[in-house]
Amino acid sequence: MAKTDSGLGGLKYDPSKRARPPELNVFFALVGIVVIFEVLGRLIYGDSFLFNTRDNVDTLFNNQRLQVIILQVSIVGIIALGVTQVIITGGIDLSSGSIVGATAMITMSFAQTWLVNGNPNPKAIFGEAWMDLPVIVPVVVGLSCGMIAGLINGALIAYTRIPPFIATLGMMVSARGLSKWWSNGNPISFPTEGYAAIGKGLNPVLIFVGLAILFYCIMNYTKYGKHCYAIGSNEDAARMSGINVKNHKILVYAIAGTLAAAAAIVVSSKNLTAQAGMGVMYELDAIAMAVIGGISLQGGRGSILGTVLGALIFGVIISGFTFLKLDAFYQEMVKGVIIVGAVVLDQWRQQSRARGK
Amino acid sequence: MSKIILETRSLTKHYGGVHALEDANFTLLDGEHVAVVGDNGAGKSTFVRQITGVEQRTAGQIFFDGAEVNHGGPLEARESGIETVFQTLALADDLDVPSNLYLGREIIKFNLGPFSILDRKAMKARTLEALQKTAVKIPNVDNPIRNMSGGQRQCVAIARAAAFASKLIIMDEPTAALGVQETAQVENIIRGLKERGVPLILVSHNLRQVFDLVDRIVVFRRGRIVASLRSDETDGNDIVSYITGVKGNADAAVA
Ligand SMILES: Nc1ncnc2c1ncn2[C@@H]1O[C@H](COP(=O)(O)OP(=O)(O)OP(=O)(O)O)[C@@H](O)[C@H]1O
Ligand SMILES: [Mg+2]
Repeated sequence: MAKTDSGLGGLKYDPSKRARPPELNVFFALVGIVVIFEVLGRLIYGDSFLFNTRDNVDTLFNNQRLQVIILQVSIVGIIALGVTQVIITGGIDLSSGSIVGATAMITMSFAQTWLVNGNPNPKAIFGEAWMDLPVIVPVVVGLSCGMIAGLINGALIAYTRIPPFIATLGMMVSARGLSKWWSNGNPISFPTEGYAAIGKGLNPVLIFVGLAILFYCIMNYTKYGKHCYAIGSNEDAARMSGINVKNHKILVYAIAGTLAAAAAIVVSSKNLTAQAGMGVMYELDAIAMAVIGGISLQGGRGSILGTVLGALIFGVIISGFTFLKLDAFYQEMVKGVIIVGAVVLDQWRQQSRARGK
Repeated sequence: MSKIILETRSLTKHYGGVHALEDANFTLLDGEHVAVVGDNGAGKSTFVRQITGVEQRTAGQIFFDGAEVNHGGPLEARESGIETVFQTLALADDLDVPSNLYLGREIIKFNLGPFSILDRKAMKARTLEALQKTAVKIPNVDNPIRNMSGGQRQCVAIARAAAFASKLIIMDEPTAALGVQETAQVENIIRGLKERGVPLILVSHNLRQVFDLVDRIVVFRRGRIVASLRSDETDGNDIVSYITGVKGNADAAVA
């Protein structure tokens, strides 16, 4: 029998020549895109994208711009954390944007304050008894709403075996309907100070980073994470190995729904208002972040770290376009190109891997 | 004489009008290695699927380890000590070797329900141990198995079955589509199982391999067991004539 050396069975293995982790490529892309904007900015406007050029501020980087970038991506980034888990199991979630809308409306109704400048709240949804509740109430109500929506998604997918695309598309339409029906299309405003504090300043960033670290650990170090990858990789094998695939899927979609609700809480708190149209297109932005971060839409591959980097790339591009004073139309057009481009890139990677290159 | 580990009595499986398995009486002794041979569609995989609980039989009884069993699914069979290498392998390509070996039975460091913390070190250490027994060649067990060769993947599936010191191992065509070297590797694993005294049912079309490896050969033909012969008391021509129906009939004596 063969003897075992460094690799098993006497095969030579050089750990220093390991394939680069895919996240590193995403990171290089991030750096590359920043450099492109830096160069374009200096060529076209003689202004720096990344560095501070104002004399009255004493910082190396343009902190204001960096803050805008991370603040911008934090809210959708929270959703993208859930979407990442869904896609890794081989599914897709189109409902997150609408869940943001519906939960924002419902949550805000429980977060209102009774007296605005001494007058009763003109936007009050419920009576006085339901006003000025402790901040924990709207938060729990909101997260529960998102979780229930996710549970419905998951149960539909696990038990009726309809494709995730269809199940979550249904939820997308229904939840949007709910958010419009909730207050007959009127915005809901004037939250309590406690609620308004959630999304103040850089809090959204802290919440995003905290959740990203939490789910990074969960995906890498727990049974749940392992089973996500196993199901996305080979669902039959997962089932034969004794993983309860149905329950796992329900859990994954429930977590995704809860994260969408968390994003709803942050965004409504930050804006001090909730509107029926909140979160439109967030689901696509979240999927885009995951895709740019190197996730495979076939399932089984991708990571939280990749998605966080993808979110940063996303933010840099949006901010870079604003910096170059390009119209919002161009931004959207290019966003679409980037999403498709990232998927095409993923396909190429898979094909070249299959050819053994 | 060692005890009987597996016995089927009048095991029958019909798919609608297709009589895929008829009245199969089969016994396997503890430590014995038996090959199941037969033409395509003879009912070999069907037989395996009934024993491993993947499908529910039409009629008959299965006795395993001294008691009658009614496995509702592959999991129950596995928990009772039957490990199977299915024709499809049942591996998760994006996971590394330890994760595949321990899929669905992970070693836990800290129990938090579904969010239990995995003991990756322990799983890796035991995986290396298990793989060394099988003499499989794998450069780095931390790589996803997607990039591994067919033989390596096959060996991972077999090592998984072999590692969980089970009471019975069933392999459905484990060397189909493997190269010469990989086939030899798998055969070495099977010899190792023999030394360890783990009983085995090997489904194979490769008669050379069958004669090399097993104690007894059971021939299936059109859903029935038509022969059960000690491999040192028969030869290839004999087996082929049973497979093709030149010799034997459905009432052949079964050991
Ligand atoms: N799910 C099914 N539904 C209907 N017929 C089936 C089903 N599974 C198997 N059969 C039939 O049962 C018979 C036995 O099939 P089985 O897969 O057991 O053959 P096998 O001996 O394993 O053949 P091979 O050597 O090609 O793997 C075949 O005629 C097959 O068509
Ligand atoms: Mg078969």
